[in-house]
Amino acid sequence: MSIFCKVPQAAPVAVFKLTQDFTKDQFPTKVNLGVGAYRTDEGQTWVLPVVKRAEKIIVSDDRLNHEYLPILGLPEFRSSVSRIALGDDSPAIQENRVGAVQCLGGTGALRIGAEFLRCFYNGNNNTKTPIYVSAPTWENHGAVFTSAGFQDIRPYKYWDAQTRGLDFVGFLSDLESCPERSIFVLHACAHNPTGTDPTQDQWKQIAQVMMRRKLFVFFDFAYQGFASGNLENDAWALRYFVSRGFELFCAQSFSKNFGLYNERVGNLTIVSRDTDNLKRVLSQMEMIVRTTWSNPPSQGARVVALTLTSPELFSEWKDNVKTMADRILLMRSQLKAKLQALGTPGTWDHITEQIGMFSFTGLNPKQVEYLVKEKHIYLMSSGRINMCGLTTKNIDYVAESIHEAVTVVQ
Amino acid sequence: MNNVGQLTSVKWDEEGKTFELHLTGKIKQQLSADPTLRPEYLSSLGLTKFTQRATEVALGKRSQAILENRVLGVHTPGFTAAMRLGAELLRHWYDVNAAWCGPVYLSSPCDDSLAGIFQAAGIQDIREYYYWDDKQRDICLDKLLEDLETAPEQSVVVLAASAHCPTGADLSQNQWAVITQLILRRRLFPFLMLPAQALCYGDLERDAWPVQLCASNGIELLCAQSFSHCFGLYGEAVGHLLCVLKHNSLLLSVQSQADKIVKSLWSQPSVGGARVVATVLSNPAHLVEWQGEVKHIVERCMLIREVLRERLRLLGTPGCWDHLTQQRGLYCCMGLNGQQVEFLSKWRHVYLLPSGCLNVSAINGRNLSYVAESIHLALTTSL
Repeated sequence: MSIFCKVPQAAPVAVFKLTQDFTKDQFPTKVNLGVGAYRTDEGQTWVLPVVKRAEKIIVSDDRLNHEYLPILGLPEFRSSVSRIALGDDSPAIQENRVGAVQCLGGTGALRIGAEFLRCFYNGNNNTKTPIYVSAPTWENHGAVFTSAGFQDIRPYKYWDAQTRGLDFVGFLSDLESCPERSIFVLHACAHNPTGTDPTQDQWKQIAQVMMRRKLFVFFDFAYQGFASGNLENDAWALRYFVSRGFELFCAQSFSKNFGLYNERVGNLTIVSRDTDNLKRVLSQMEMIVRTTWSNPPSQGARVVALTLTSPELFSEWKDNVKTMADRILLMRSQLKAKLQALGTPGTWDHITEQIGMFSFTGLNPKQVEYLVKEKHIYLMSSGRINMCGLTTKNIDYVAESIHEAVTVVQ
Repeated sequence: MNNVGQLTSVKWDEEGKTFELHLTGKIKQQLSADPTLRPEYLSSLGLTKFTQRATEVALGKRSQAILENRVLGVHTPGFTAAMRLGAELLRHWYDVNAAWCGPVYLSSPCDDSLAGIFQAAGIQDIREYYYWDDKQRDICLDKLLEDLETAPEQSVVVLAASAHCPTGADLSQNQWAVITQLILRRRLFPFLMLPAQALCYGDLERDAWPVQLCASNGIELLCAQSFSHCFGLYGEAVGHLLCVLKHNSLLLSVQSQADKIVKSLWSQPSVGGARVVATVLSNPAHLVEWQGEVKHIVERCMLIREVLRERLRLLGTPGCWDHLTQQRGLYCCMGLNGQQVEFLSKWRHVYLLPSGCLNVSAINGRNLSYVAESIHLALTTSL
């Protein structure tokens, strides 16, 4: 008798099933709008030219030793990526109260941060502290915090389907009514999946309430540079919170903005009140990492560190990132223009008002099903599309299909 | 003065630099120029080509378990990650049966991070089984069997398939035969470890033969492997978790659970190092070249062991040092107690593991005399 005989089959993860179905589909003009990585206008994945250059330099550098990285990761990586998030002139960095843990992608950073909070935040091993994630949010947020031991994952109001925008009033009211010291997962920019971010004014109000009610700020920062094409703009919310004196965590991912998806390059930036607290926090982080992966992989981290610390490569990287961001902005404006030209019922301003890789189109599940089954256009049942799946070659077909779906299916 | 580098547990060459394989460097260059390698997310279970090869070198290509499709292979970011995933899987499975939350049996001594890994996965009941006997300078099988005999059914027993850390003392074929019978009789679950596969005999499959023995006896098992040492890929986190099931009808459910767990830990593994390993293991010419380099590493370790033993004999250092050359791999237990270990670090700047074990590859032509003298002093000075 196997000890595993009672193991239930876990449900497949929606977004990967979508890609599977797309792959099996034989329809000649099928489109995958659920794709997870950046695609060029030719529908190809893109190795950033700066990454190619950096990799060449690294692979031919004889002086690099091949030892295990320290548990907390490659030092040059940790300092340069915290710096890129918080700014060169960040007082927090100058005051030596910023620390970092190199992690396996954004997921790894979230997990290490979550484990630490479960162990040490709001008492010791307090698994009852509520974790608030936006409604909707990246489908893995809940799973990461649950696996770290937290028992109470709650939604905070975010997306307003009626207005196709941010439910700011609802958001604020959840901030006011939640238990003190609750943990909030905030998307620093390019909200996934809605593409809808608070304005600067709204962020200021959010910060005010969170400070007053002693709520813990955990930023998920996976799209720096990728959202607006500008590194500083995309970091505004994070830097604002730091300037207001918050102690916070920020999970960074370099999968998208460096195209290093499968190298797992992430970082947990920690902003503390002072050096002494930071030291103790990092020592505990080390213990947590030691029993998770012990030493992070070096390849991707070296690429990022080299790029961020060499002026020429850094400049090239900013260009590469802007290229990606610009293509997405172009697809957004073209899609909106085409839908408007077709006279598709409804308003489509949100397509250009939203930012980043994803757009919440506002299509309902029946309309989505129509698109998938009748038009072989694959997107999430939530109506989320990945703008990277659009190209100048398929955008007409997609716009016409959306038009059809909206007029035929209510 | 050189640290006798057990703390980093990497291999060192004659100049005291970490050991690099020429082949690894070559393959890395090739891969970096390969235009067909795309920047895409992997599946959570990792690079398929790698897991296939890793599974084959653990079980053998013609393994019945592989033919019957009841083996799950998961590419993980390193050895610790493989152990962690295995621990999480065990806890989830047993959770399903509601009654189990350990015990997990670890050898005495063992790698100091092991207990923490199981605890991080939520398993609190961690126990020890007798393993290394200081006086005999060897494994004491009788006491080991005694301890496992009293283990409750469904206990998990963590066993080093080869290259035991930190002692370097491995079970013999006869001893394994006896242990597998006990495992079957007492319905224990083995979790085997291959943290430095190929470094004992210079042969991946040979180091993994205890895994094959268990599998051929129809035992369900987990096995964590690392390819970091034998490919000189320390920074690349190249690990693998093998799961051999009793029935192939279970494969999908177990796979789906592994997928779920991985997604909330690291999402998917990093690809770089695994690509190198998969490339080498899939190409007969590369394999031959790699085999040559690994043999060289293994021979160097054996040579150091011999020379160290001889030097201690010449110094008249008290104690028996035969085990130095009877054992294989990177680690070796010097039989020093806590005080003596402290003496070495404080007064001689020679750093050993707290258990009194060391990494033999950290010894080279330049520090051998100093190290041997230091050990001699530690054992002869009254502390």
